[in-house]
Amino acid sequence: MNANKIYPWYFSSGAIALYLLFIVAPALLGIYYSFTDWNSYSSEKNFIGLEHFRTILAGDPTYLLFIKNTVLFTLVTSIAKTVLGLFLALLLVSGVKAANLHRMIIFSPQVLSFLIVGLVFKSLLDPNNGFVNVTLRSMGLDVLAQNWLGSLTWAMPSIMAVDTWKGMGYIMVLFIAGLLAIPRDYYEAASIDGAGFGQKLFRITIPMLMPTITIATVLNITYGLRVFDAVYVLTNGGPGNATDVINTAVYSSFAKGYWGLGSALSTILFVIMAILSFFIIRLMNRKVEY
Amino acid sequence: MRLRKRLASIGLNVLAWLLSLVVLIPFVVIVLNSFKSDAEAKVLKLTLPEKFIFENYKIVYEQGHLGGSFFNSLLHSGASSLLLVFVVAFSAFTLSRNHSRLSKFLYFFLILGITLPLNYIPLMEVMKSMGMINSHVGMILLYTAMGIPISLFITYAFVSNIPKELDEAAIMDGCNGIKLFLRIIVPLLTSVLVTVFVLNFLSVWNEFTAPLYMLNTVEMWPMTLAVYNFFGQFSAQWNLVSADIVLTSLPVLIVFLIGQKYIVGGLTSGAVKG
Repeated sequence: MNANKIYPWYFSSGAIALYLLFIVAPALLGIYYSFTDWNSYSSEKNFIGLEHFRTILAGDPTYLLFIKNTVLFTLVTSIAKTVLGLFLALLLVSGVKAANLHRMIIFSPQVLSFLIVGLVFKSLLDPNNGFVNVTLRSMGLDVLAQNWLGSLTWAMPSIMAVDTWKGMGYIMVLFIAGLLAIPRDYYEAASIDGAGFGQKLFRITIPMLMPTITIATVLNITYGLRVFDAVYVLTNGGPGNATDVINTAVYSSFAKGYWGLGSALSTILFVIMAILSFFIIRLMNRKVEY
Repeated sequence: MRLRKRLASIGLNVLAWLLSLVVLIPFVVIVLNSFKSDAEAKVLKLTLPEKFIFENYKIVYEQGHLGGSFFNSLLHSGASSLLLVFVVAFSAFTLSRNHSRLSKFLYFFLILGITLPLNYIPLMEVMKSMGMINSHVGMILLYTAMGIPISLFITYAFVSNIPKELDEAAIMDGCNGIKLFLRIIVPLLTSVLVTVFVLNFLSVWNEFTAPLYMLNTVEMWPMTLAVYNFFGQFSAQWNLVSADIVLTSLPVLIVFLIGQKYIVGGLTSGAVKG
């Protein structure tokens, strides 16, 4: 049987064409624009070499802050979502009642857009009349009430917390699926040998969950590095530039008309992600043997 | 010993409810406030409205461009998801069955897009050159392209699990490639294609960044942009903002409740042993 005749590659041409046109062409074009002074004030695009990259990486320190914020956001939310997701999954498979209902509730923010979640929390975290501060004050805990999204100290942690709140349900669902795939006999054998909860967790559960932990980490990291909506809706990068990440900086350089510089910022993110992707795709295609 | 076990079980149940409440309370606050008067909603509290005011929803619907933007969101999500199901079914079938080096390369090349970030500034330039800025067709094609990598990844694995003997039998009976695909493969792929449709529908419905860059006329806005704009105008009137949030979330929550099985299945595929 001639596979090329029965499964001709041009059956894929629709997907390939759309992908090339909307994803690949802009990516390549963006790399080219990173080396030009393209902006909204003149129609010319002059080649200026590495100047934008020099500005971003060695010139203006605010750009380094954006990169630092992006990495910090990614690290903290990844760890928080993995730990909380695992905790929630363990809780829900431990035989609690209405586990499916809990699963649905905790997962539900995941299906809403960050715009909605962002607006909900913008209201709840309002310094004067928001739910969080009003509740704290009514309990006599006035000292704990903060200007959550408007202070240099609390803005970034608040965004991270909201993002974790939204995303932990998805990671939890992954872990529930992973936990249910572990054969029960391992635990029975361990119980007979007198293993306690902690021993079972660290000797059986976590090692057996490694594939799920890997995928969860990959998802969290790729999401974190590309974050935009969460920051844009909650603080728009403020106060000052305190919460700006790479993608909000790209958007503001786009809005200001510095298109070459914006492209250079995008390219830096693209290079980081391309290197990561290489390893990620390999991980995703690895079949795991138990 | 039995008492201790019962206490532990009660403790775990209480803990589960507390954590669910942490997720639920923000939404409950918003829903309650959407029925309050302007003055009552000044302070966001977890209290029942003195009187349920349904008028808020009418004001929001009339002033928030919700009718038109609902239609735009529905058009973008529905049309791009349908188109996506078509192109992904075709390419997953050929790329997974045809074991040539070219098809292996194409598969990896396409799923690379799962992680790579989209570069919106040059994308605008590309779309402008094709006359696709501020156009429904442009947005639908863009969303389809954005959905290809992850959908192909999910569908490809699924096709690989369909035994090849089926193909051979069909070909013996005189099927050609297209007939084999339409008569044998597509019916077997129905459930995964529904998953792809639902997942893409939700992600396009929630999309905020692409319209922010690509659409600058109110008539073209999806619900996300309309709501964001509404918040900018009425941020002091929390009862209205809350009603707006509720109205916008409802369609997604309905799709979620109907398609739950497909959503969770699709999101976990690949994460657990294949």
